[in-house]
Amino acid sequence: MSELETAPVPRRNMELLLLLLALAVAMGAYYLVGINSDDGPSQEFITQGLFLAGLALVFHVILRIWAKYADPVILPVTVALNGIGLAMIHRIDLARNDDQAFRQILWTGVAMAVACVTLWAIRDHRVLRRFTYIALAVSVLLLLLPLIPKVGVVLNGARIWVHFFGLSFQPGELAKITLAIFFAGYLSSNRELILLAGRKIGPLQLPRARDLGPMVVAWLVSIGVLVVQRDLGSSILFFGLFMVMIYVATARVSWIVIGTLMLVGGGIFAYLTMSHVTRRIDGWLNAFDPDIYHASGGSRQIVEGLFGLANGGLMGTGLGNGSPYMVPLANSDMIVASLGEELGLIGLSAIVLLYLILVSRGMRAALGSRDTFGKLLATGLSFTIGLQCFVVIGGVTRLIPLTGLTTPFMAAGGSSLLSNWIIVALLLLISHNSRRPMLSGVSATAEVATKAPRRSRGLLESLKETKR
Amino acid sequence: MNDLVFTVLRLGFLILLWLLVLSIVGALRRDLAIGSRARVGGPSAREIRKDPSLASPPEAPAKQQAKTLAILEGPLTGLEHQLTASPVLLGRAQEASIVLEDDYASGRHARLFPQGTRWFIEDLGSTNGTFLGEAQLTRAQPVELGQKIRIGKTVMELRP
Repeated sequence: MSELETAPVPRRNMELLLLLLALAVAMGAYYLVGINSDDGPSQEFITQGLFLAGLALVFHVILRIWAKYADPVILPVTVALNGIGLAMIHRIDLARNDDQAFRQILWTGVAMAVACVTLWAIRDHRVLRRFTYIALAVSVLLLLLPLIPKVGVVLNGARIWVHFFGLSFQPGELAKITLAIFFAGYLSSNRELILLAGRKIGPLQLPRARDLGPMVVAWLVSIGVLVVQRDLGSSILFFGLFMVMIYVATARVSWIVIGTLMLVGGGIFAYLTMSHVTRRIDGWLNAFDPDIYHASGGSRQIVEGLFGLANGGLMGTGLGNGSPYMVPLANSDMIVASLGEELGLIGLSAIVLLYLILVSRGMRAALGSRDTFGKLLATGLSFTIGLQCFVVIGGVTRLIPLTGLTTPFMAAGGSSLLSNWIIVALLLLISHNSRRPMLSGVSATAEVATKAPRRSRGLLESLKETKR
Repeated sequence: MNDLVFTVLRLGFLILLWLLVLSIVGALRRDLAIGSRARVGGPSAREIRKDPSLASPPEAPAKQQAKTLAILEGPLTGLEHQLTASPVLLGRAQEASIVLEDDYASGRHARLFPQGTRWFIEDLGSTNGTFLGEAQLTRAQPVELGQKIRIGKTVMELRP
């Protein structure tokens, strides 16, 4: 696998500068929502805006202490996306007299705190490799959790929610992280075996039957999620994650061919046998058919979203001036349509670019990482963000059938925010480890990988380390 | 507030958003010039053409040829391998010329090969890396007599 190196420079001041700009964007969005509502700039503008700014700055300081060499761009991009999402949710609250934005900012606080704890507790991502099979067990547990009677709840036709003490949570969101850890750990140990064995047929080198095992298991898991939980989005996400990770680990096109064939097979099977998949595909192909538009679970949501996007045009109606609240689920699944209406094509493409930058920085961390496990983990995690964006934005713009995945960092919903912030923390860690100066001596490469990271290493010692 | 102010603020927000995107891309530009400063070895031929002072003085022909590879530290301490004209494969694999019994070495870890009068060392995509002196190898590099090569816990050098 390829490797790139950059000169070790912390670049935290650059991050602070970009972070302030990102906060200006978020506060600007809040302010525009405020002045365009009937009551003028509201209390929320001050409280929620300042809360977000405070959280972001604390996170920045923590990066200065614990992950000095982390990528300087990841945090500002994430904060900007989170802030724009908050402003949009607040804007839809105003139209609907709701209070989702308050819950969302609380979840943002929780998510950023958990991300900080992740940074502190893990310190060196190679530790996670020891939890390869535990991660697999945890993923299976998380995926099965919603099926337990009384705990699991059916919402919008999908059984992916659990209720605990009045809080609802989507465990599948966390499962994508644990699955990425498992795939990275498994593939980094078995990569060479999968790579070397196998027969060659034409230009394709086929893997051995027993190396296909994990691929089949991943396929069965995603089909199982689809059948039992009736959740098309997560099933695509899990399968795509595994396909990309095995492709990156082996650089064999044959995996993509096999995976695509399995995906097509599974898709046709699902279309023919599962009513909710059939509805989704019909709603995509014939969205403007009146029968399908008016049917329950029909294409109304997509078509209203498209009308919203059309209303926005190139420049958008301006935050607070459009009518995105006409679309069902305007603050979660369809938040992209809401943003497209009020910010226009120009604003929406800036947001898509922010996602692109985030994913590319994740890939860059993978390229710079010095160990196979880190490479695979960073690739897998950043790819999940990219695939989620593709599935959601593609669904809203009717490029592909609409499926119920969340827009990372933007859509209202605590579990998605939490897991995406943990992903950001892991990407920051991996980029920190790949960009920091190499320590001379055995410890830099060999022993750290097998020993637990030193918790007690304080500021002073890390300063000494860089001077060496 | 009137419509004009709204329009100005609306467009101002879009400009601010793009300003963020563009400044992030600007901040990343430095990263795109990969390795020009981080490269471990000497300046490239193109850099020398631009700035002749970068060129290193022509090297004096090696006075002594390396004849043996001596292991100084690690499980195989004391072993001396006679160098011939053929390349030497270092690693844990059985087919390696020197089988390193070192937990931190990869199967096919590094290759030591002669070119002209000098020996070069090249990392073969090992997990834990190969070090020449203090620097980790990123490409094949010439090895001088007495320069320490480190693979995992094994340290070795070339001797006349």
